[in-house]
Order: sequence, then C-alpha cells, then structure tokens
Amino acid sequence: MSSDLSEIEKHDDSHPELNAHTDALLPDPGMHEHHWRPTDVDPKAEKRAERQVSLFFALSAICSVLFVVAYFAIKPGYDGDVWAGYGASNLALGSTLGFALLFLGIGVIQWARKLVVDIEHAEDRHPAASSPATREVAIAELKAALNESGMARRPFIRNAMIGSAALLGLPAIVMLRDLGQTNAQITREQPYPGAGLENTVWDAGVRVVRDVVGTPIRPGDLEIGDLVNAEPATIFDGSLHGAPLQIAKSKAATILLRMDPDDISHDVTRNWSVDGIVAYSKICTHVGCPISLNERTTHHLLCPCHQSTFDLADHGKVIFGPAGRHLPQLPLGVDADGYLVALSDYPEPVGVSYWERNTYDIDEIFDDWSADHAADAEQYGYKEGGQ
Amino acid sequence: MRLLNRSVGRLSRHRRRPLAGAAVLLVALLSTGGLYAIFSPASQAEVEKDNAALVAEGKELFMINCSTCHGSNGEGITTQNGKLYGPSLIGVGAASVDFQVGTGRMPMAQPGAQVEVKDPSFNQDEIDAMAAYVASLGPGPAVPDREQYDPDTFESEEEREAAVALGGQIFLTNCTACHNFTGAGGAMPRGGEAPSILNTDPRHIYQAMLTGPQSMDTFSDGNISPEEKKAVIAYVESMKEQPDYGGFNNGALGPVTEGIVAWVVGLGVLVAFTVWIAAHTTRTNQTKKGSAK
Repeated sequence: MSSDLSEIEKHDDSHPELNAHTDALLPDPGMHEHHWRPTDVDPKAEKRAERQVSLFFALSAICSVLFVVAYFAIKPGYDGDVWAGYGASNLALGSTLGFALLFLGIGVIQWARKLVVDIEHAEDRHPAASSPATREVAIAELKAALNESGMARRPFIRNAMIGSAALLGLPAIVMLRDLGQTNAQITREQPYPGAGLENTVWDAGVRVVRDVVGTPIRPGDLEIGDLVNAEPATIFDGSLHGAPLQIAKSKAATILLRMDPDDISHDVTRNWSVDGIVAYSKICTHVGCPISLNERTTHHLLCPCHQSTFDLADHGKVIFGPAGRHLPQLPLGVDADGYLVALSDYPEPVGVSYWERNTYDIDEIFDDWSADHAADAEQYGYKEGGQ
Repeated sequence: MRLLNRSVGRLSRHRRRPLAGAAVLLVALLSTGGLYAIFSPASQAEVEKDNAALVAEGKELFMINCSTCHGSNGEGITTQNGKLYGPSLIGVGAASVDFQVGTGRMPMAQPGAQVEVKDPSFNQDEIDAMAAYVASLGPGPAVPDREQYDPDTFESEEEREAAVALGGQIFLTNCTACHNFTGAGGAMPRGGEAPSILNTDPRHIYQAMLTGPQSMDTFSDGNISPEEKKAVIAYVESMKEQPDYGGFNNGALGPVTEGIVAWVVGLGVLVAFTVWIAAHTTRTNQTKKGSAK
C-alpha cells in the first residue's frame, strides 16, 4: 500500500463490535501492490498526456466557434443551402455542437485517467442506520416539536387543517368536466350530422365519392382488383366546416374494392355488395389506425400499426393480430343515376371499442339492419341474397 | 451563273412546244407521289402485317421463356392440389408484360413471397414482341404513350406544379399505406414487401398503377384517371429532387430503421464510451522517483 494512504484508517470505528465480527469470519486481505501509470513515472509521458488533453479541449473550442460561424453563414430552412443532398444548416449545426461536447467530454475523461492523482484505497461497508444514541435524540426532538406546536393539545385546529387540505381535491375533480361531453350527450344533442361515437355522416342515399377529388363512382368505373379510398359526398358538398368536417371525414373514411363476386365467402358481405364491390371502414378496430394495405390476390387487409389482418371477402373477419372485432362493412346500393350510394350509415360503430359499445356478431347486426333499413334500401336496388 | 442563265434560256425557248405541258405534269406527279411515299405513314395493311409478324415473334419468345408457368396459350397453370403455378395472362394487356419483363421481375428467378427485381433479360424489341403477343390473347391495358406518364412533357412549369400538388394528395391517400410517405416502400404480410418506387421509371410506375403487379391493387383509369396518374408520377419525381433537410434519413423507412439506428449505433457508441471510461489505464512496473517503493 502506498505511503500516501497512511492517514486513511483501516476501519471506520463507529461500529467496533461489527468490525471484530467480520474480521473473525473473513480476514482483511489488504490492498494489492500499486503499479504506477506511465504518466506518473515518466515526465515525457506526462507532457504527452497534457498535450493530448489540451488538444481535445482546443478541438472542442474550434467546434464551438464553427457552430457560431455556421449559424450565421448558412441559410437554414426549406429553400436553404444544401450539401450533398442534405440540409446544410442542420447538418453543420448538429455536427459542430455534437463534436464540441464530445471533444470536451473526451478531454475531461482523458485528464482524469492519465493525470489526476492516482490513489487506491479500501472503504469498509457499515450499517446504514444511525447509532442508538443518535436515534434517541432525534425522537426526543420530534416529540418536543409536537408538544410545542400544540398539535396534540388542540385537535380542533388540527382536524380543520386536514379537512381543508382534503377539500383541495374537489376543484381538481370538478375540472374533469371540461374534458368534453360524454358520448351519450353528444348523440342526444347532435351538434352536427354524424356526431358521436355510434354514427358517421354516411346515410341512406349518400353517394360514395373518391377521396381528394370528390367525384362519384359508377360500378362500371371499377375493374376487378381496383381499390378506391372513398369518402361520403357530404364531405365535399360544403355543408360541414372546420373541426366537425375533420371529425366527420376521419370517421367516415372508407375503402371500396371490387373483387370477383364468386370470391365473396359470407352471405352478409354478399348482401351488402354490388357486383363484387364491397365497402369497409378504413379505421382499424384495434386502436384506430387508417388501413388500406390490401393484398389484391387474397383480399386481406393489413393494418401497418400492429399487423391486424382482416379478410374482406368474409365480413372483415379478423384473421391475424390484436384487433378484437371485425371491420364494419358499409351496405352499398346504386342510385337512380347509376352511382354507388350507401344504403344506410355503418350498421355498427366504426373504430376502436369503448365502454358502452355493444358487441353483437355479424348475423345479429345484419338482422337488426334488415329490420330497420331493408325496406328503404330497395329503392337503391337492394335485394337480400344478392343484387 | 452564265451557264445557268444559258441553260434556263435554252429550256425557256422550248416551253411552248406541244409536249412541254405533258412533261411538266409528269414531273409534278412523280415528285408528289414520291414525296408522299417517303413521308406518309405506313398503310393500314402494312401495319397489320408488321403486327402479325411481331405477334408471331412474340409467341416464339413466349413459348421458350414463359409457357412453362403460364401455359402454352397463356391460359395459366394450376397444380393438382389447386395452387396457382402461373396466373393466366389472358386480358392482362401489353402494359403488364412491359412492366413485368421491363423491370426484370419476369422471368421469375424463383417462386416465393416476393418477386425479385433484376436486370431485364430481354431488350425492348423482344419485350414489345411478347407484349404484342400477350395483348393478342385478350383485351387489356396497352403500353402508355410518353405524354401520358412522363412529367417532363407538361406544357408549362405552372401546369407541372399544379400536378405535383394534386398528385401529392392522391399519393398520400392511395399509395402511402404500402409504399411509405416518401415512396421508400414497406413490409407486407407473409414476407412480402411493397418496393421502393424512388428509382422506378415513370413508365413503370404508370403501368404498375394500371395493372396491379403481384399483390398490388389496381388503379384503373376509372379509379384514378390518366391525368391523375401523371400527377402522382410528377409528385414522386418531385420527391426525388427534395434534399434531406433534417439530415440523414436512414433510408426513410420510418420508425423501424430509426429505432435500429438509435438502439444499435447510438446505444452501442454510448456503451463503448462507458467501457472506455471505466477501463483500467496502462500500468508500469517502474517506481516513482522519491517514493518509498
């Protein structure tokens, strides 16, 4: 052991009984022989290390200066300077600041490793608790404070304080009301068409139009294998604006695809299709991602978020992944002008599950739908068993 | 000049002779007919003859290179247990052949989840011949003209910019689900992938929308109109010119690659630094001058 350590005691003497006990069990092996670093024994190595550390600090300083230069010299943002296909400003600012910090860090660590004084010493473990005497003093002081404040002698004031502090929770709870209306309130008041979790703006006779351009679709426009990202015509007729428009659009998003009618493998899906054209909600029933990754050859629709896969030939049945419910299908018909229309709103809520939501299977949903809408739907060419 | 004057003069002296009119008429007829023959389009009969020769040549190539999987009449082959060995090519059209063979997907290297893109095995004349043959099997989409797909053929810069704006919206609605916001591609079920379209020829992008190669949905002209298709291509081309303002995009594949880079490269470098900080420094057996030992 080094002579520099002579003043460091071998044991912390606050717990002599413990030290005696452990020493008896396992004798202190002592420190191994200390080897010096080259920088401790060789003045040349020491000089070299000093130069190294200073070099890193100098490089850091240069990078900091370059950062300031780049900040003023390079035009940022879109339409800014470009180096080799990259935005010059971001690239220069990021790398100069990053390297300034990195070189500073390397310099400090190198200094500590090569030049800061090199001492090895052992520190014994000792119990975390204070000694019994210290603990007694602390408890006595706490008791005295309790008496002096009168907490024990004046219970009324004490209880009043606790009660008023507890009531502070009320404002926080009352403010939760501002989180918004409940679904039941929205559905009852209907501030705009299709409001609430249970409805969308789709309705009987609403035309199915192409998203972005808003043009209506005739069944003959589509070939087998076509997929259309569709919206209700209501989105493009100017009747909705602002937030209600965006909410309506996000809930009503629909995918339309045409398959070989013989590929459809479920009666309900066939009833709600027109010449092999089927429409489904574009909102995944798992956590509501928009989905349109369709495989033309299998009619399997994949959600990119968590790989839920739905079979669009078979009422949107979940065939893989975490989604708990099938994809809602939009019943389709054709209006007097020959354009595709919805026969009703979606027969069940679109998107993710929520507390009050009913979960019926597809046949129950179809029976309910038939009772409410089948008669009206006949004007759009609806006929159970295929159109 | 004198020679020319003299010969014109000599010619001029004969202009009232009885045969002069007939001679002029003959020269005029011959030159008109000759010029017409040189500059006029080939006659209908000749085109049909050329087409028949092209189809025959295409059929020959088809029999050698395609019929093993697609059947000797392009009718497709189904295996005994009902699996599709090679799909029917009746009605897929010339555009489909031009895309599949022109991008090197066909002839297929091996069956599997994803059809590999290779260097094309045939030159454009051979592809045209096979396309003509497959087109003769049944009506299908034709190979588009350059004006239909090439964004360089817009009449003005304003027209191109308007197309990029419209095409961007159509792209983000219809294409990003599989091909990613930047067109860098993405994963599909069961080992497939939607390929990157950043290095794809505009002609092939147009044909892919029209014909729906492999698992891709089709976007026929009744779904996305030809003008809108060209607008989508204009947008894809404009994306290629965009620099990466945010720095390195790691292939623009999104959170997966960014996560890999952060965890492997970022965390790896941090771990390496931590190891270096805690590592023992070099030691020597030499003793310190003036020290006890």
